[in-house]
Amino acid sequence: MSAAIGQTQPATERERPVPPRARATTPTRAVVGALLRKELRVELRTLESVPAMSLFAVTTFVVFHFALNRNTVDGDLAAGILWVTLLFAAILGVNRLFVADADQGGFDGFLLAPVDRSALLLAKAATLLCYLVALELIAVPAFGLLLLGPSLGHALPDLIGVLALGDLGVAVIGTLVAALAVRTRARDLLGPLLALPLLVPVVIGGARASSPLLATGHGGGVPARWLLTLGLYDLVFGLIAYALFDFLLED
Amino acid sequence: MVSRFLKAQPDDDRRADVVHGRGLRELGAATVVVMAVALALVFFWVPLEAEQGFLQKIFYVHVPLAIVSLCGFVLGGIFAIAHLRTRRPVWDYRSYVAIHTSLIFGVATLITGSIWAKGSWGHWWVWNEPTLVSFLIVFLLYATYQPLRFAIEDPERQARYASVFAVTAGAFVPLNFIAVRASTAYVHPRVLGATSNLPWQMALTFLVSLAGIALLFTTLCKYELTVKHTRAQLRALRRLVEQRAGTAANVPSPPRARSAAPGVHATAMTARPPEGRS
Repeated sequence: MSAAIGQTQPATERERPVPPRARATTPTRAVVGALLRKELRVELRTLESVPAMSLFAVTTFVVFHFALNRNTVDGDLAAGILWVTLLFAAILGVNRLFVADADQGGFDGFLLAPVDRSALLLAKAATLLCYLVALELIAVPAFGLLLLGPSLGHALPDLIGVLALGDLGVAVIGTLVAALAVRTRARDLLGPLLALPLLVPVVIGGARASSPLLATGHGGGVPARWLLTLGLYDLVFGLIAYALFDFLLED
Repeated sequence: MVSRFLKAQPDDDRRADVVHGRGLRELGAATVVVMAVALALVFFWVPLEAEQGFLQKIFYVHVPLAIVSLCGFVLGGIFAIAHLRTRRPVWDYRSYVAIHTSLIFGVATLITGSIWAKGSWGHWWVWNEPTLVSFLIVFLLYATYQPLRFAIEDPERQARYASVFAVTAGAFVPLNFIAVRASTAYVHPRVLGATSNLPWQMALTFLVSLAGIALLFTTLCKYELTVKHTRAQLRALRRLVEQRAGTAANVPSPPRARSAAPGVHATAMTARPPEGRS
């Protein structure tokens, strides 16, 4: 791969990476759009990630029912079950995120294109975000139906906000971790090992913010500090991933 | 790949390497002295704390260990930034050694913290104690650093990916503390707070202990860098001698020991290509 890059820019490749923008000729937005369309089309044709994630989530709810021996849950317990299930289902998607690119030459093709490399990060994070939204469209109603005691109806608007903030963090960190793990020898092992501790703050924020929403009798609104923690986390890791992603694509 | 490294090694790297060992003896002596003074202060001078009595003395070991090991993790991230910016393997090596030593200090922190928790609350592990819990999460994250290095064979990519990890994890350390601290009520024994609310004897003893542990960390890091570098230099020289003797062709190079440590030094940092080989 490095030989192929070397052909296009032999002088600069050796010392220091070229700043991405010097190379970019296509606007990044168009590149991200094209990559995102490609990802979603591949997913629609192979149905590799989202169905597996959804099925996993629903099965996990059933497992929780038997493991806890509870017909309904609410409050802290409900929030915990929802977030743990979503997190583990998301990790299934994270593990698959770059596999096709690593195995079938997608990285090579992308690196040959004269485009900003951060576009791949943005496109993959957007892809993962789409997967997570699709997962939640199935998993959250299933959770309301199968396990949740209080009705989901009036908690839904606030819950959607909390889930969106959490998804953003999972998408950013998941993409960074997936790119880090995919070209190692034990990628299926390293991905979850790296992702879980990094996502603990997202789980803390998400679960604490949604537990009053899922409590019996709807115990008040979302505590603002949890939304703030989630937002801060998303922002910082978004910037870190943006700054570091180029280094993962250099060979 | 090796030739690329050799070319990418400017001369000042070699000078920087010599510095690895310089001052190690003085540093070691200073560490021994400060640690001895700290222990003497802890055991013979500082007054007993009213509530916890003798048990509270573990504070002078546990807290400095925790602070130094967290600073070491962040330092590893800063070295990793330097590595990503300059591409000099020596920065990757420093980052590796800082994180590696911090992990060892981290184990010690968790053990001493556990003992303290058992003594003061009667449980080996307490979940509503934010500092201990966030430390555990950080420790679990860094525990994947070595497996990550292990799983990548190409040394250049291993160094690069490890640096990306070190920067991400370094930024994670303070954020994680904010998140976990916000999630629990403050129930920690408040001797942990700022040194301002301590009696001055305790504050002084604490600061001396902190200095001692920080010196210990520096000495261990420097020692590991020196040892690894000297060993690599020796190997390179031995290879050079064999090469000069004309036996290099039939002597296979020994297999690398199974280690997650960056291996680039053995070939890249020390051996200047012998004259006439080009």
